[in-house]
Amino acid sequence: MKTSGMFRNCLAVLATLLLPAATLAAEDGKLKVGFMLPYSGTYASLGHAITNGFKQHVDELGGKMGGRTVEYVSIDDESEPAKATENANKLIKRDKVDVIIGTVHSGVALAMTRVARETNTLLINPNAGADEITGALCAPNIFRVSFSAWQPSYAMGNVMLERKHKNVVTLTWKYSFGEQSVAAFKEAFEKGGGKVVKEMTLPFPNTEFQPYLTEIAALKPDAVFVFFSGAGAVKFVKDYVGAGLKTNIPLYGPGFLTDGTLEAMGDAGNGLLTTLHYADGLDNAKDKSFRNRYAITHKMQPDVFAVQGYDAAQLLAAGVEAVKGDIARRAELVKAMEEAKIASPRGNFSLSKAHNPIQDIYLRKVENRENKVIGIVSKALADPARGCKM
Amino acid sequence: MDIVSLLIQTLNAVQYGLVLFLVASGLTLIFGIMRIINLAHGSFYMIGAYMAFGLSSGITETLPAMIAVGLILSFFIGFVLEWAFYAFLYQREHLEQVLLTYGLILVFEELRSILFGNDVLGVPVPEALAGSIPLTDTLSYPVYLIFISVACLIMAGLLYYLIRHTRLGMMIRAGSHDRNMVQALGINIDLLFRIVFAIGFMLAAFSGMISAPMTSVSPGMGNQVLIISFVVVVIGGIGSVGGAMVAAMVIAFADVFGKLLVPAYAGMFVYLVMALVLLWRPEGIFRKG
Repeated sequence: MKTSGMFRNCLAVLATLLLPAATLAAEDGKLKVGFMLPYSGTYASLGHAITNGFKQHVDELGGKMGGRTVEYVSIDDESEPAKATENANKLIKRDKVDVIIGTVHSGVALAMTRVARETNTLLINPNAGADEITGALCAPNIFRVSFSAWQPSYAMGNVMLERKHKNVVTLTWKYSFGEQSVAAFKEAFEKGGGKVVKEMTLPFPNTEFQPYLTEIAALKPDAVFVFFSGAGAVKFVKDYVGAGLKTNIPLYGPGFLTDGTLEAMGDAGNGLLTTLHYADGLDNAKDKSFRNRYAITHKMQPDVFAVQGYDAAQLLAAGVEAVKGDIARRAELVKAMEEAKIASPRGNFSLSKAHNPIQDIYLRKVENRENKVIGIVSKALADPARGCKM
Repeated sequence: MDIVSLLIQTLNAVQYGLVLFLVASGLTLIFGIMRIINLAHGSFYMIGAYMAFGLSSGITETLPAMIAVGLILSFFIGFVLEWAFYAFLYQREHLEQVLLTYGLILVFEELRSILFGNDVLGVPVPEALAGSIPLTDTLSYPVYLIFISVACLIMAGLLYYLIRHTRLGMMIRAGSHDRNMVQALGINIDLLFRIVFAIGFMLAAFSGMISAPMTSVSPGMGNQVLIISFVVVVIGGIGSVGGAMVAAMVIAFADVFGKLLVPAYAGMFVYLVMALVLLWRPEGIFRKG
C-alpha cells in the first residue's frame, strides 16, 4: 500500500516537472507540416506545384505561423492507392506531423482521409476532387481547398442551357471522378429542361475513341459533354477534331480537359469552352502578385495546382494564428479555419459546412494556348455535400 | 445501328486492328521468335514516340526524313541494348528475363523524366496528312489514320516476307528452334540474333513514332501498349506473323463492338475473348506442331 502510494507521489512530482516542458514544446516548438503528394509518376509536376505554392505563402509569413517556425516532412505518394494508408500512417506515427497536406489522386486521397479520420489528424486536401471527401467522409479535421468533382461540372450544365443546347451526349472514363462529373452535369442540365440523350463510358485509361465518335456523329446531338484529363484529354480532343465533329457539334467539359494539355493539343484545342475555379487572365490584384512572385522564384508560370497549394497554407495559417500556435486547442483551430475568408488568387472564398470551398466557377475559352476567362458562370457555388453528417 | 454506321464501325475496327498489329509487331519478333519475355516492349514504343517528339521539335520537320533518322537511330539503340543486356538472357530462366526487362522499364521511365520531364507533350500531324475525308454529313475520317493503316500493311508484308521467304528469315526460324545446331552449321548466331533484336526494337519504336501525332507523348504511355501487345502475340500463336495479324483483328473487333454492344463490360470484353480463344486453341490461333 505504502510503496504504491510513494510510487504515485513520485509520478505526480515527475508529471509536474514534465508539464511545463511539454507546454513549452507546444508553444515554442516547430510546426510540422507533412506533405503527402506525388513527386514521381504522371502527377509529379502537380505535386511540385502544390508544394511550391504552399511554401510561397509560408515564406510570405516569414517562415512562421502563430509564432512557430514551419518545418516540412515530405513523402512521395506515387499516386498509388495501395500504399496510401501506410504512407499516411508513416507521417502521423513516425514523423508525428501536426498537419498533413495531400493529395492529387482521388483514390489515394480517400484512403488518406480515412486514416486522418481514425487518428483525428488535421488534413488539408489541396486537390483531389472526389465528392465523398467533403461528403460522406466529412469530419471536423478534414478540409479541402480545391473543388469537388460536382462543382465545375454542375456549373457547366448551366452554361450549356444558356447556350440553348437541348440534346446532349456525355462521354467519360468509367471511373469514379468521371461518373461524378457527368452526374453533376446531368443534374443541372436536366433540372433546366435539357436532355442527356446518351451517357457513354469507356474503360479507364483506354483511349481508342473512334467507335464513340462514330456513334456521336450518328446521334447528332446539339453538343457533347466530356470529362477527360491529361494524355487522354489530348488524344480525345485531337480525335474529335480529326473526325470533323468540332465544327458541327460543340464540345464542352470541366477545365481538366484543357489544363496542362494545351501545348500538346496544339491548334486542336482552340475555342474550347470549359469551366473551373481558376483561369488565365483573372482581373484581381492577388492573382497578379501571386503569379509574379511565383514566376520569379520558379522561372515558370503557376497553374491551378500551385494556387491550391498556396491556399492550403493560407487556410492553415488562419487556424494556427487564431490559436497563437497552440494547435492542441483543436476546437478553436477548426473553428477559425471554418470561418476563414481566404483571399485566394482565384478570388475570395470561404468554406462550406462540410469544409469545401464556396467559390466562383469561371467559364474559360482556349485562346493562344491559354484558358482565358470569359466570365463567372456560378457565383459562390457550394457543393451539396451529400451524405455529410456534420 | 444502321448499315452506314455498321460499315464505319467495321472500318474503325480494321484500322484499330492494323495499329494493334504494328504496335505488337516488334514483340512478335523478340518474344514470338526469339522467345525472350520482353516487358520493356512498351518502353521501346515510348522511346519511339519521344524520338518523334525530339526530332520534330528540334531537328527535322519533314516526315520521311524524321522516319529515316528515327529508324537508323532505333536500329542502333536496339543493337547496343542486345549486346549490353539481352545477349545474356537467351539461356536464362523466364524469371530472370522478367527481372531484367522490368528493370529496364524503370530505367527508361527515369531517363524519360530527366530528358523530357513529366508533362504531356504532343507531336503535330504533318502538314501533308493533316486533312480529313468526309464520310457522312457530320463525320470525317482523318487522312493520317489512313496513312497509318497503309504503313501497317506495308510493315506486315515486309515482316512476313522477311521471316518466310528470305535466307535471313530461314536462319532466324532455324535459330529459334535449335540455337546450338544452327551455330554448329557455321552461322554466327550471336550476330544474327543481335540483328533480329535490333529489327524488333526498330519496329516497336517505329510504331511509337508514327502513332505519336495521333495520340500524345506522355509518361507511362508504354504501359498501355505492353499488355495488349502480349495479348496479340499470345492469341496469334507465338512466333507467327500471320497469327499476330489475325489476333490483332480479333482483338480490335472485340474492342470496338464490345464498346458498342456491351458498354458496361467493355473493359473486360477483350480479355473474355482472349480467354475463349485460348480455351479453344491453347497454343494460339496459328499454332505450330
